[in-house]
Amino acid sequence: MKKNELWQATPQIGESQIDLLSRLSNAFAVSGDEGAVRKIVLEELKDIADELKIDALGNILVTRKSRQKNALRVMVAAHMDEVGFMIVNDDGEGLFTFEIVGGIDNRQLVGKPVLVGKKCVPGIIGAKPIHLADKDELKKPISVDNLRIDIGPGNSKKVKVGERATFATRFFQNGPSMFGKALDNRLGVATLIEYVKHPPENIDLLAAFTVQEEIGLRGAKVAGYALDPEVAFVIDSTPANDLPTWDEEENYRYNVRQGAGPAIYRLDAGTLSDPRLINLLVETAELLEIPYQFRQPGKGGTDAGAIHTNRSGIPSVSISVPGRYAHTAVLIAHLEDWKNSVALVHAAMQRIERKILSEER
Amino acid sequence: MIELKETLKSMISLPGLSGYEKPIRDLITTAWEPLVDEISTSRLGSLHALRRGNGDLPRPAILLAAHMDAIGMIVTAIKDGLLRFTGIGGIDPRILPGQLVTVHGRSDMPGVIVQPADYLLPASQQRCSIAMEYLFVDTGLMADEVNQLVRVGDLISFSQEPMELSGNTLAGHSLDNRASVAAVTQCLLELSHVQHAWDVWAVATVQEEETLAGSITSPYEIKPQIAVAIDVTFAKGPGASDWRTLSLAKGPCLGWGPNIHPYIYKRFADTAEKLDIPCQKEYMPRHSGTDAYGMQVVGEGIPTMVISIPLRYMHTPVELIAMKDIERTGRLLAETIARLELDFLDTISWDEVDDEEK
Repeated sequence: MKKNELWQATPQIGESQIDLLSRLSNAFAVSGDEGAVRKIVLEELKDIADELKIDALGNILVTRKSRQKNALRVMVAAHMDEVGFMIVNDDGEGLFTFEIVGGIDNRQLVGKPVLVGKKCVPGIIGAKPIHLADKDELKKPISVDNLRIDIGPGNSKKVKVGERATFATRFFQNGPSMFGKALDNRLGVATLIEYVKHPPENIDLLAAFTVQEEIGLRGAKVAGYALDPEVAFVIDSTPANDLPTWDEEENYRYNVRQGAGPAIYRLDAGTLSDPRLINLLVETAELLEIPYQFRQPGKGGTDAGAIHTNRSGIPSVSISVPGRYAHTAVLIAHLEDWKNSVALVHAAMQRIERKILSEER
Repeated sequence: MIELKETLKSMISLPGLSGYEKPIRDLITTAWEPLVDEISTSRLGSLHALRRGNGDLPRPAILLAAHMDAIGMIVTAIKDGLLRFTGIGGIDPRILPGQLVTVHGRSDMPGVIVQPADYLLPASQQRCSIAMEYLFVDTGLMADEVNQLVRVGDLISFSQEPMELSGNTLAGHSLDNRASVAAVTQCLLELSHVQHAWDVWAVATVQEEETLAGSITSPYEIKPQIAVAIDVTFAKGPGASDWRTLSLAKGPCLGWGPNIHPYIYKRFADTAEKLDIPCQKEYMPRHSGTDAYGMQVVGEGIPTMVISIPLRYMHTPVELIAMKDIERTGRLLAETIARLELDFLDTISWDEVDDEEK
């Protein structure tokens, strides 16, 4: 296909797509309790899917069939869940003990507004005043055991033990950047919604909006099995640790750089990406002159870790939108990086053919 | 008292860092103007508002000081579009990562305080609480734009919006000490319905969080016969339960210690008892940590009092306060002032004070 045709078929990211991302970012869907995001996805897609089901774990599996017979079965996965908290004890007087769900640095907790439970009851994570802390204490992070969620004295019946809580951050934009909680991985969810709305014509698109990624890729494992794809792309967000070092030395451990385009994975803690799919992405990026980068090989992982070992193996690759400050109350991602990620994977899917699987790996 | 809550919400939606109090001063001026006879700004920026009494001249005056300045941050360096900063006032760096702020550059812009990954920090800062000098503010703007809009010395304020929580409580930044400004506002409102012999000077002081400069200079100019500092104190809560902490929503806290004149204390305590206004006693063995510390030694010395409103999570952007405590503080001030006899000062005696447990 020609460059222009490829471009024209890719979904465009405009105001209504950013508005959808904003709603997804503000929605409250801690691992195991993804209902709020599931609801938005279903509203967006229920009328256009060829097949749509919610599986035993709560994944949404959507199929858009190609008009071509025997089209390549391509899975695209994006996890719906976010890191957050579960209320584990009612201490009385509106104070609640909580546990962290997923990986959150406990230095990110103190002094944050939160939302608790299905009714989104506002609360705060307070801290002992600096005036009452001694010098040694100030050097140590405050452990989760010593923090409480405080919804205010009075009616503590509004919150039940077992409910989830999350940061109360509201999405906003400033200059080239989008700010919000849970952009890891609502960026992926918003991307996948666009793919289902504008599927590449040459493939059977098998979209998996997965659950429980943050606590061990649980949803992706069964979604990968059920959809039984021939190849899989995973869309996620990965940390841009591209800040200056304290001593002005060059930062060699940036993971990915913000503004440098979609990040293609070769190696993470769970997956060696399929080199043929990497090549497809790189060739597509170069053909369309889309900026891209390789994520620095290292720790961390995506749903690909659970998908690629399904059945007799599913060639997989992950692509992430760079985002600063993952797993905190506020993430920052560049709109251009998102647009480029949406375009790159879509164009690569338009170009994919089954013969890629018979090429040498 | 819905209006008072709304007034306070607008007061904690504004900056007004120590030394740069104009935004909050303008709002307080609007709130106080209808309730007072004269209003002016001191040389250092404190707001002086006089509500005249109806006693014969020369009339004694009581000064109510509530500091209006807030803690915040100030830009120290700019690197790759990211801002280094230091604190104005006492800030625990542990509460900073992930906080939303407003950077007051050539124009205001949103930002977030961020903590670099451990491996970008010196070994001393890894896996422990990170000193303020290693944190950044990220505005999301490109480096070129940041260099044009922001300069070293620009202010950074917390931008946490007010949150109404259960039990008629309010959370947000700068409730230390805008809650007390609201209590003084309530006092002025109540005084407008009653007779009072004494002149009342409502003063919103500046720079309490840094130098107490307002508390030293305003009483010098006004020369009151009694000065009361209204401030916040530590409410019991997670991590705070020792003798220095008081109960949230259990009434204003009357200070007791060297920074407080025992006879003035007694007058407030007696009024509270007579009117059944719940209140608590706060022991302040040394420095009260309030404007009273500055005011007590102005000129030839001034009899001072401290009334505090219990507040959880002091010096975080989610300070928590009970509206009831603010209303009761305003009422206790007004009722005590309305009962001050013109010759009250002549009755002051050091011997008669009986420190009964309340």
